[in-house]
Amino acid sequence: MSSLPLDWSVPRPAVVLRVRRETQDVRTLYLRPPEGVWAFQPGQFNMLYAFGVGEVPVSVSGDPGHRDVVVHTVRAVGAVTTALARVRPGQVVGLRGPFGSGWPLQEAQGRDVLVVAGGIGLAPLRPLVCGLLRHRHRYGRVAILYGARTPQDLLYRDELQRWRARFDMQVEVTVDRAGPDWRGNVGVVTRLLPRAGVDPAEVVAFVCGPEVMMRFAGRELEALGVAPSQVFVSMERNMQCAVGLCGHCQFGASFVCRDGPVFRYAEVRDRLWVREL
Amino acid sequence: MSRPPTSDGSTGSPSGYVLPAEGLGELFDALVRRGYTLVGPTVRDGAVVYDRLSSPQDLPVGLTDEQEAGRYRLRARPDRAYFGYTVGPHSWKRFLQPPERVLWRAVRDGDGFRVEAAPEEAVRYAFVGVRACELAALAVQDRVFMGGSHTDPLYRARRADAFVVAVQCGQAGATCFCSSMGTGPRCTGGYDLVLTELLGGEHRFYLEAGSPRGDEVLAELPCRPASPEDRQAADQAVSRAEAQMGRRLETQGVRELLLRNLEHPRWDQVAGRCLSCGNCTLVCPTCFCFAVEDTTDLSGQVAERRARWDSCFTGQFSYLHGGSVRATTRARYRQWLTHKLATWWDQFGSSGCVGCGRCITWCPVGIDLTEEVAAIRGSDGLRSGREASGENP
Repeated sequence: MSSLPLDWSVPRPAVVLRVRRETQDVRTLYLRPPEGVWAFQPGQFNMLYAFGVGEVPVSVSGDPGHRDVVVHTVRAVGAVTTALARVRPGQVVGLRGPFGSGWPLQEAQGRDVLVVAGGIGLAPLRPLVCGLLRHRHRYGRVAILYGARTPQDLLYRDELQRWRARFDMQVEVTVDRAGPDWRGNVGVVTRLLPRAGVDPAEVVAFVCGPEVMMRFAGRELEALGVAPSQVFVSMERNMQCAVGLCGHCQFGASFVCRDGPVFRYAEVRDRLWVREL
Repeated sequence: MSRPPTSDGSTGSPSGYVLPAEGLGELFDALVRRGYTLVGPTVRDGAVVYDRLSSPQDLPVGLTDEQEAGRYRLRARPDRAYFGYTVGPHSWKRFLQPPERVLWRAVRDGDGFRVEAAPEEAVRYAFVGVRACELAALAVQDRVFMGGSHTDPLYRARRADAFVVAVQCGQAGATCFCSSMGTGPRCTGGYDLVLTELLGGEHRFYLEAGSPRGDEVLAELPCRPASPEDRQAADQAVSRAEAQMGRRLETQGVRELLLRNLEHPRWDQVAGRCLSCGNCTLVCPTCFCFAVEDTTDLSGQVAERRARWDSCFTGQFSYLHGGSVRATTRARYRQWLTHKLATWWDQFGSSGCVGCGRCITWCPVGIDLTEEVAAIRGSDGLRSGREASGENP
């Protein structure tokens, strides 16, 4: 009889324009927006659907200034992400979004900016960096600290090199382990924090990476004198509906899909230290 | 939508009527004439479940239930009561948020696909025999599925159409604690009609309408105006249930109590008994979590998305790239209980527990949340000695 579609649950077809190999198991997909143009806030995510296989939340990785393309960086971990990492130009994936909260870049205006990324955590931070470089004059000193497992796991290599070449931004990269041909930093990304040339009293920090990394980054930043209210983290949980109804992404009282994924660190600090919350 | 109460909670309302027990069939007929599909209590597999009803004889006539932690039995009553039992394993959520349903279908179309909305059955339900705790549960689920930025249109449509015939409890079960939760046993609103079954003397129902729709139906029934004695008998029946309440939960500060005791050793203790089976979440009238599942047919040409009741007691529930966030039973039980009694307040402005006692009765090992909360209250602040993972990133 009457049809009652749950419109928020319906993915729209998005054509794959280009696929870029980032690392052995990470691909960046460039999709044509289902409606031609679209807008998002850095830090938000979309639900990506591989036909018949399933759907996963993936943060948006594109430049917010480019409204004619939807960019996602996907690491092949499970069935759906493996299917997504295998798509070729011309094929179609399902897309719905954007969902969730974004990085509040406006809070950093006139202040120093510190970006701390671990592994695939650079993907949700890339739109933030693109956005702040577009209006670089609005911010004080800018530093990006990025840690990956090995030199082979570094994302956005060309772009990282362009960022490093700039005179108005500090970029530090570290890896957990490396062969003899690596001349850069070795060690966890939090070890780079004291070297970031930013003013703890003036900085706004944006942090994304494995939960344990965010936990310790938060602690280190506090130790350096950065107020917990000036630090933002992006949380990850199982998400299925993306609109705060299915219940899977609960993190204490928060629905990560709706109240996050970006949270003020002061708000989640205590919860980050509760195991298996 | 819930409606404002029509009376101040006393049964002295002047709009009370009396329906002889033989007249119950006329109520069924009046609802069927209006196009409602009647659902309500009936016996299946030795339990009172909610299913389609065609006449009052489908009700569990002359039966009552005995409930205890991990135990449920039906017994014969000495009378022919229609509603002489409390709540069973089912709740009304199964009609408003079906246990499994198709959200949409998609068909391959060249390189892409085309989504077709799944046809959904338009059903107008009349819920017969809704108890006070269940009216409260409906109100809780209303806030979940209709109160936020995104809603469930199926739930909304079925809820708006549903005709609610509430029944006052004349007895309470051993696992009931609605009076602790402030949800019962007296129905004070949210119904179209409310019945109180009176067994002493003439077998009859004391009736009140709670909405214009209820008034209309009531007008068609072979009722007589209630006498003061009828009203008094109805009032006493509910008072009797109140006095029989088998369990008690101290709710004062329970949210804060649980949230400051996330590392309490009682969670380890209960995890030693809990089977993580998920029964409590399935029988709970407010548990709303659902899984979204994608499948294809054998040809791979037609895909489907389904929603299915899920439980926070499964490993899959908190799956995140390669593992579960809540890998232990301790974490899952803690999630369930703290959600129900604590974080629900933050999310929806009320408790998620209505005191129906189903989770106690239907737990295969008889875990009793009132006992768990009391245990934590009794040793507030105790810590299990385990700490959050301390490894460096």
